[in-house]
Amino acid sequence: METLVTALICFPFLWAILPAVIHNSKRRAFTVYLGCAIVMVLSVFTAIQWYLAGGQTLDFRLPYQQVFGEIFLWGDIFLMCFITYLAYKHHRLIIAFLSIISTVVPTILEKFGPKLGIVPTMRFDWLTFIMVLIIGVVGSLIGIYAVGYMHGFHIHHHKEVTDRRSFFLSMIFVFFGAMFGLVTSANLLGLYFFWEITSVTSFLLIGYTRTDEAINNSFKALWMNLLGGCGLAVAISVGIVCFHTANLYDLIYAGQTSGKAGDMLCLLPIAMLAFAALTKSAQFPFSGWLLGAMVAPTPSSALLHSATMVKAGVYMLIRLSPAMADNYVGNMVALIGGFTFVAASCFAITVSDGKKVLAYSTISNLGLIVACTGCGYEETIWAAVFLVIFHAVSKSMLFQCVGAIETTIGSRDVEEMQGLMSIFPKLAFILMVGIAGMFLAPFGMLISKWAALKAFIDTSSVYVSTLMVLFICFGSATTMFYWTKWMSKILGASKREKSRDLTKKNEYISMFFHAFMMIALILGFPWLSEHVLKPLSNDMFGIVKQVISYENMIIMIVLLCGVFVIPFVNYLMTKNQKGKQVITYMGGANAGDNFNFVSATGDPKEMEISNFYMEELMGEKKLFTPAILISSFILIVYLIIVVGGALQRWFRLELFWQSST
Amino acid sequence: MATIHKSPWLLHYDGSSCNGCDIEVLACTTPVYDVERFGVINTGNPMHADIFLITGGINSQNEAVVKQIYEQMPQPKVVIAVGTCACTGGIFKECYNIKGGADTVIPVDIYVPGCAARPESIIDGVVKGVALFKEKAEALAASGRA
Amino acid sequence: MVQTRIILAILYIVLSPFVIGLLDGFDRKISARMQGRKGPSVFQPFYDIKKLFEKEFLTANKMQLFLIRSYLCFIVLSGIIFFAGFDLLLVIFSLSTAAMFLILASTATHSPFASQGTSRELVQIMACEPMELLVAVGFYLATSTFTVSDIVAGSSVANIRYLPGFFVGFVFILTIKFRKSPFDISTSHHAHQEVIKGVTSEMVGKEYALVTIAEWYENAILLGIVGLFFVSNNPLTFIGAVIAILAVWFLEILIDNTSARVKWQLMLKLAWGVTIVAAGMNLFLLEIIRG
Repeated sequence: METLVTALICFPFLWAILPAVIHNSKRRAFTVYLGCAIVMVLSVFTAIQWYLAGGQTLDFRLPYQQVFGEIFLWGDIFLMCFITYLAYKHHRLIIAFLSIISTVVPTILEKFGPKLGIVPTMRFDWLTFIMVLIIGVVGSLIGIYAVGYMHGFHIHHHKEVTDRRSFFLSMIFVFFGAMFGLVTSANLLGLYFFWEITSVTSFLLIGYTRTDEAINNSFKALWMNLLGGCGLAVAISVGIVCFHTANLYDLIYAGQTSGKAGDMLCLLPIAMLAFAALTKSAQFPFSGWLLGAMVAPTPSSALLHSATMVKAGVYMLIRLSPAMADNYVGNMVALIGGFTFVAASCFAITVSDGKKVLAYSTISNLGLIVACTGCGYEETIWAAVFLVIFHAVSKSMLFQCVGAIETTIGSRDVEEMQGLMSIFPKLAFILMVGIAGMFLAPFGMLISKWAALKAFIDTSSVYVSTLMVLFICFGSATTMFYWTKWMSKILGASKREKSRDLTKKNEYISMFFHAFMMIALILGFPWLSEHVLKPLSNDMFGIVKQVISYENMIIMIVLLCGVFVIPFVNYLMTKNQKGKQVITYMGGANAGDNFNFVSATGDPKEMEISNFYMEELMGEKKLFTPAILISSFILIVYLIIVVGGALQRWFRLELFWQSST
Repeated sequence: MATIHKSPWLLHYDGSSCNGCDIEVLACTTPVYDVERFGVINTGNPMHADIFLITGGINSQNEAVVKQIYEQMPQPKVVIAVGTCACTGGIFKECYNIKGGADTVIPVDIYVPGCAARPESIIDGVVKGVALFKEKAEALAASGRA
Repeated sequence: MVQTRIILAILYIVLSPFVIGLLDGFDRKISARMQGRKGPSVFQPFYDIKKLFEKEFLTANKMQLFLIRSYLCFIVLSGIIFFAGFDLLLVIFSLSTAAMFLILASTATHSPFASQGTSRELVQIMACEPMELLVAVGFYLATSTFTVSDIVAGSSVANIRYLPGFFVGFVFILTIKFRKSPFDISTSHHAHQEVIKGVTSEMVGKEYALVTIAEWYENAILLGIVGLFFVSNNPLTFIGAVIAILAVWFLEILIDNTSARVKWQLMLKLAWGVTIVAAGMNLFLLEIIRG
């Protein structure tokens, strides 16, 4: 196992060199395919190997741990220098400041602080198992998609952008490596290293096109993520100074056992880690960076939004959740998550750019996951993990699909997708499956909402409970609005001419594989719940609980089949229905078809149909700043409570020691 | 047994009427005349309508419109021309833009004369139209079977 | 117990079109009397449905028919879940899935009136959904279960005692759900409307009949939820529930006949406002009591 995990982390980093040095387009494509295939096989193999070995939590040290420790240390310093240089070059010294602070303090403590015992630095358990599979499978599919997409991007569409595909593709591999490292690390110093790599890599990917907008947005992403990094650094420092450990699980255990008693000192590292995770998973007030990330080419958006980056934050929160049940940190995380769920879904209603809708829906969905983790009960973790899985697959699929649609019809505006079903049925089908996977009744969202509502009603804090229930009820209404709106655009007639589908074959392979996975996941959901989620809950809480009753499971399966079977059967039954074709009613003024009407001058005029966007009611312009303010307020108030409490406790301990000596 | 005669839904179309007949048509739905007691509903949609009720003559602007709306009504359907103008063109008959009554464009089943047609006679026309439905529905069923 | 649940579900499937159709007939009669008219026969809705099935089938888009049939199937499925006493939250989720089929059916035609109606329909769903979910939450708070049969069996007194705010909020959104004035903005149960017939504009003959029947099935569920507020494990309360359902039904007719149509913006604000104030306060109080 040790060797396998080491290989899983190191292989992508080493393979990243290949696309960077090979400049022949064909050969580079081949290396990327090969690399992705190896990553996928390796991750699946590792996961299966572990599963077959009995699925026991494994704690271990990496082989040559000393060497890796040195690599992490110098890597951190190298990243710091790199960021400082970039910040200096673009005159953003605050970023350099954040980076130096967050790197220097833990490094000094590690070198000169209290000596830490020799403890395992890695852990492989059920959550890691799921994350490794998601990153390995979904991530490498995005890699395969990227080859075809980037080819089209440079050759057909954006000739003005400098071709840096080698760089782009190698960054994708670096991302995989960092993510694998992140989800297996138990040592916070190692975790911090991988955390910083994802921040920097995402910065580089967002800034890929080097336009002013791209550079601005990439720096935005960088400073927000570095701020999160600072939180991580504080957690490490507190861990080393107060608890003499840099092990994530020791800190969680401390938080779990004494956090309930109201010991703020134990909660402080948890709060700081949660803070870092909130920035990474783009919750309000840190949502700006993920929205800005859309300027990057589609594969990198897909990568950031689905399998990696934002999932790192969510992964962290799921890890922390046992220590967040019914305390201030949990309440903070739940409120931020719930608020983000509602606010982001409102914004998603008001935008028509397909990628932007997806971005907001990612934020909103992550909000629900974050809220679930903040609650910290078995049911909500069960729901959160389910959401993570469904979200990863369907979001990756949706981003790829929107990218392909943009290539083919030249626009990613939702309004332009009118009647996509009649001209590009394959793309439309994938889009439908993706959207259905995001919100439709029996899929991921429903189960999660069901469990989350139940758990939040039972949450002990009255205010949090009431607010969260309201957040979920309203959020689910707004979520339904923007997805259904989009879905209804796709069906129906189109006024576009049928044209050539410019989607590359490898893009289709990736997308159909996703659709297949989606359906497999839906059908395999009871199995997944029984054999993966239950042991996971056992891992984290020590209890196995039937979250969803047998009866409800049956109903869900009936509904689930219903969504496929009912329309299909009805389709077959009505296929041969004879009916006279008529044109739609336009007051009798159709100019011969459904798209034009006879205008006042007697000439045919094109009819435009548009969805509701409600900009004056809940538009970005109107509500974005208030949303940032409210969420900042929640965050700051809770952090003050935790930090203040911790300081008070710390001084009391000091006094205690002084008086005893 | 077809029930269409028990729920004849109206589509009221105003051709080039002076609005006199239109007011009388709407008067039919008021408490005094209450045409709904026959199951009549004044729908605005040809797709849902059984009776096409036209007031005013046909001009070159609305000729195509009337044809199109007639096409959009499902069988069986009845056309009622209400008022002298809809029956013959009325006092506008000699105008440069008037083609004549509704029957210049589509087949008319019932003619309700009057300027303006009184609500009683309009209801009378509708009831006569309703009686026609039985025949039409049977004819339709027969042709369907054949 | 299992037999009762099966019988109830079958009764729902068989009887609700007749019962709700008849209520609809009385609705038209009472409305007519309120306006000083005689009004049609109380069986008028059934004549209308039968006629619609007999009309020629015209279509603007062939996809419509199968989507509408799926809509009907899903509504019936939700009804079965409700009346057979399963999970209340799942009923509501399943209803919103059903609504999606109606929306897809309506936009598939690319018709201006249908599209306008659909957009408004979406706003209506968005306005109602929080309250529907909150009703389920309210029942959970009062009885610690989402399961309908347990709610009935487990409450010794009618739950309205704990849930007056939820009830007010629910009755408020019922006006929207029943497509009554002042909230009949996507389509009206009256014939004429500013956007022709809104969502149902392009539905001809049997399509329109199926949608109407589906709405009857849906109304049966909604009235069932109204009844759920009033029942307890004492069988006598079922009579009280029936009376309450009739009272609410009459109230809706009264509101319908005394109000003018509002804009969708106002509807959304009103519905959400009432939901937050009435249901939110009730929720908060219940949470405090549960501590």
